[in-house]
Amino acid sequence: MEDGKPVIYGLEFQARALAAQVAESETIRFLVGTQSLKLENNQIHIVELHEDSGTLSTQVYQHAAGEVWSLAASPGDSSKIITCFNTLSENGCQVKAALWNLPNLDSISTLNPKDETDKLPQLEKVCSLEAKEQVQDVRTVAFHPTDGQRAVSVLDSQCVLWDLGQNDARVTTTVSLEGKGHPRFTTGKWNPHHNYSQFATAHDSHVRSWDLRSPQTPAWSIESAHCQLVRDVDFNPNKQYYLATCGDDGCSKFWDSRDPSEPIAVRSDHSHWVWQIRFNHFHDQLILTSSSDSRVILTSMASISSEPYSNSGADEVAEAESEQRRKLEDGVLATYEEHEDSVYCVEWSCADPWTFASLSYDGRLVINQVPREDKYKILL
Amino acid sequence: MAEMTGNPYDINGQHFNPDMYLQKLLKECTLQQIMDQESEVVQDTQALHSDMQTLVYENYNKFISATDTVRKMKSDFKKMEDEMDLLAKNMESITSFSEQISCTLQDTRQQISELSGVHSMLKRLQFLFKLPTQLKTRIQEEEFSQAVQDYIHAQRVFQQYGNMTSFQGIQSDCEAIVEELKKKLRDQFRSKEASAKELTESVDLLLQLKEPADSLCADFLSHANSRLAEQLTLLEQSENQDIIEFVDLGSSGVLGNLCLIVASYNDMFINRPYHLDTESDLDSVAVSQLGNFVLHNMERYFNIVSCRVEKEQDIGDTVVLVRALDRFHRRLQAMKTLFSDTDFARTGTDIVLKAGYRQCRSHLQALKTHFSDTLTCVRQSLAAPKLVSQDGDNSSSLFELLSSLVISTVEKVKGVLQDLLVFAQPDLTFVLKPHFQEVFCVESVREHLVVGFLHHLTAVARGFCGSGDVKAPPALLLLLSKMCLEFESSNVHYLLSITDEWFNIEESSAASGLTHASELRSNMLAAAQELLNHYVRMQGLSVSQMLRKSVETRDWLHTIEPRTVRAVMKRVVEDIAAVDSQVGALYEEGQRAERSSDSSRRTQSITVSRHAYRSNWSSYGPSHLDSSLVTNIQKLFSERIEIFSSVEFSKVSILTGIIKISLKTFLECVRLRTFSCYGLQQIQVDTHYLQLYLWRFVADENLVHFLLDEILGSAVHRCVDPVLMEPSVVEIICERG
Repeated sequence: MEDGKPVIYGLEFQARALAAQVAESETIRFLVGTQSLKLENNQIHIVELHEDSGTLSTQVYQHAAGEVWSLAASPGDSSKIITCFNTLSENGCQVKAALWNLPNLDSISTLNPKDETDKLPQLEKVCSLEAKEQVQDVRTVAFHPTDGQRAVSVLDSQCVLWDLGQNDARVTTTVSLEGKGHPRFTTGKWNPHHNYSQFATAHDSHVRSWDLRSPQTPAWSIESAHCQLVRDVDFNPNKQYYLATCGDDGCSKFWDSRDPSEPIAVRSDHSHWVWQIRFNHFHDQLILTSSSDSRVILTSMASISSEPYSNSGADEVAEAESEQRRKLEDGVLATYEEHEDSVYCVEWSCADPWTFASLSYDGRLVINQVPREDKYKILL
Repeated sequence: MAEMTGNPYDINGQHFNPDMYLQKLLKECTLQQIMDQESEVVQDTQALHSDMQTLVYENYNKFISATDTVRKMKSDFKKMEDEMDLLAKNMESITSFSEQISCTLQDTRQQISELSGVHSMLKRLQFLFKLPTQLKTRIQEEEFSQAVQDYIHAQRVFQQYGNMTSFQGIQSDCEAIVEELKKKLRDQFRSKEASAKELTESVDLLLQLKEPADSLCADFLSHANSRLAEQLTLLEQSENQDIIEFVDLGSSGVLGNLCLIVASYNDMFINRPYHLDTESDLDSVAVSQLGNFVLHNMERYFNIVSCRVEKEQDIGDTVVLVRALDRFHRRLQAMKTLFSDTDFARTGTDIVLKAGYRQCRSHLQALKTHFSDTLTCVRQSLAAPKLVSQDGDNSSSLFELLSSLVISTVEKVKGVLQDLLVFAQPDLTFVLKPHFQEVFCVESVREHLVVGFLHHLTAVARGFCGSGDVKAPPALLLLLSKMCLEFESSNVHYLLSITDEWFNIEESSAASGLTHASELRSNMLAAAQELLNHYVRMQGLSVSQMLRKSVETRDWLHTIEPRTVRAVMKRVVEDIAAVDSQVGALYEEGQRAERSSDSSRRTQSITVSRHAYRSNWSSYGPSHLDSSLVTNIQKLFSERIEIFSSVEFSKVSILTGIIKISLKTFLECVRLRTFSCYGLQQIQVDTHYLQLYLWRFVADENLVHFLLDEILGSAVHRCVDPVLMEPSVVEIICERG
């Protein structure tokens, strides 16, 4: 890992669900959910990177409930996760969501448990996030950024805020999307600012933000953020009002929610749809995007980040030169081409600001790091 | 031989040496010859001797006659001496007589001279006494100059005898009259009707009367100023006149007058024949006053002219305007001699240049509107004929539209240049100025107009690429892209070289400011590329959206066994064929990858791909690992496909781009769905159908195969019960559909 080479972990199944373990701040851990239409074959992998040796240790759980479409890790309890999974019945398939407990989390081993498939530990289901007579598919579920007791599930045309206290799921608030032609949500994201009261959703080419305390009307919206479908939204964790979107036009756009008429910046580095966009939690000038052109691109947007260009220190003259040298330019820092299929997910590690994982459809998980020179440019 | 001096053998020469001659004779000649020579010499000697004798006789005779003559002269002179003595005596007596006479007349002569002195004095006094009345009459008769002459004449006398009381009276009278005269002169000077000549006269007289010159200058100028101002206002108001008339009026009226004023001023105040003592001081004041005056009036004149020219430009004809400007400029040029210190011709040139620049600007504006009008026309006709002719004709009309767009634009530019060429006719005075060439030809025409318009073209074209204008019909994008390409290949160069040629712009003359054709061309090329990429994306998007909708809205779990190809696939193929014909109208075919011979192509490609399917997912079931391994290995050997990549300017490249985008969308959509067995089979039928019809459009058919394989492979993965249909059945369905 030290020499900057990527660590690759292969899954046996196709996969499009990836999450960093939010509650874990000591070790670099990622969660991966698989997709197999043989439902009982589905698994949740916990992959842990040992930074010193560059080796991986994994723990695999059986997720027999269905193929995993989306995955979220609880910010409060590292053993709690929510998955959105596809179930099959005679009437067709439906995507549901449930809160799970990962048993024996401590026993993560470097052993590869492939040969003992039958003995995979089962996930313990805590509760399912399912309202009565729910027929809509669950798009994604997002945990409250700090409170493991609350989560929002994004359905086709509803967002439901759940209270997960006492191992039980209760609906507290519902946001409904209404409009011509039955618009459908594609994704949703909890806004980490404003005391966690806002939740942003994307449908078609629009982005809307809802105040969960008064969910009747959107707090603000970006109409036609992209000229095609918006695939993902992410908030700058360190700078209020700033957010990023990506979509099927192959662009990443950066917005100030106070002025949603024009993006602050637009980048178009991918050659196909951009599926996910992520701000680095610590150094928000670092931005990761994953795309179905099989690439992951690390971009720097230093000019609109929360970290100012120059720290106005006492000896500015002396620093001016070195400042010039280490200033990080806007632009692509690195393109990672280890994947050979569409990359649907990319996530920063919650423990190490320089490490991230990306997952392509063919089940390849690649753990990479920010190039060292860029790292130094930011640190020094 | 005779002319050879110093020859000792020449018998007639000075340096004749008899011995040597003799020796030579003896040595060279025969005896006979010597004998002959001797007799010859003897004969010669005798002849010479006789000649000499006759000469002596002749001279002797002459000498004797001369002696006789001298003797005769001596006797004659004696007689003459006596007569001379007599004459001297007579003269002495005459002198004594005349002395006597002058003594007697002395007194009378003195009296006469005294009397004549008194007479002249009296005459002068009489003149003085008469002077006042005379002056009065002169003034009444308006013979001012004579009056002034008289007064000046008398003044000297007054100065001499000023202390005498009787004269003082006359002097004061005279002065009063002269004051009156001065007043009259000033009145004349100030009167509005006075001609320049009268003015000159009165000023001249006033000056002779020792009026202070500087105040006269000021008076003169202020008066001239008011008159000029009148003329200028007249000029300003003459709006409804023809511009040429206007300029003529300005030139002959205002400028003519100004010249006259300046000329007379120069004569009067600056180049005076008689100099006063304060001359140098006065001169500088006078010159500066004149300078201010001229400057002020010229400024006003220029203002009026430039206003007028500006107005004229909105309506008028360039030829007339240029002719007027030329006259204007010519006149100013002529004035140059008059005002050496300020170069009004320069200001005039500036006005001409400004006019030229404005002309360019308005032409540029006209060009822009013309271009946008043509574009609107093109858009309309793009929208219209689709209703009329669905097939074939569409493409040819597209080409016609393109050529008409390009040609009309180029012709319009040429027309404008021709119009502007009037400004650069070599017989115009201002064209000769080097300044003009630089500013008008290079800056205004070339850089501002031509280069500016070309930049405008690219900017407008690029404007359609912005995500904002989604309404732009794709055909327009294609058309504009081709237009930019055409401009890039020939028209940019053509227009620039025409401009350079017509306006004599040399590359070297202003190398710094010239925008090079290559820069414009690369701009054009970039715009063409951008437009084409945008076109591909737009068309790809429209096909994608059809495909996406068809995948997203269908319930793939509860579909029936496929009997036909889905209509949307046919629609996709139709659309792509339409795009193909549209693009084909404008772009070349382009390079295709090598492919198998025509006869075996279809079947072979199908069997190959089917083989690939088999190997790919026949093993599905027992081991998932294998299948993913196989796809991965397959991918290892195939190149990464860039979906939203730049396309080349060829039909196949464009269509490849569109098809790539569409099929990739299809793939991504399939991956988001779950299929039943029949759903999978429907996809199988659809992909087979696409395979049958899409290969012909692309550069590399393997690309289509690869993407379709991916789609079907993904569908297999997303199928709960992956059982494929018999290939023969698929083929039958496709052929029937």
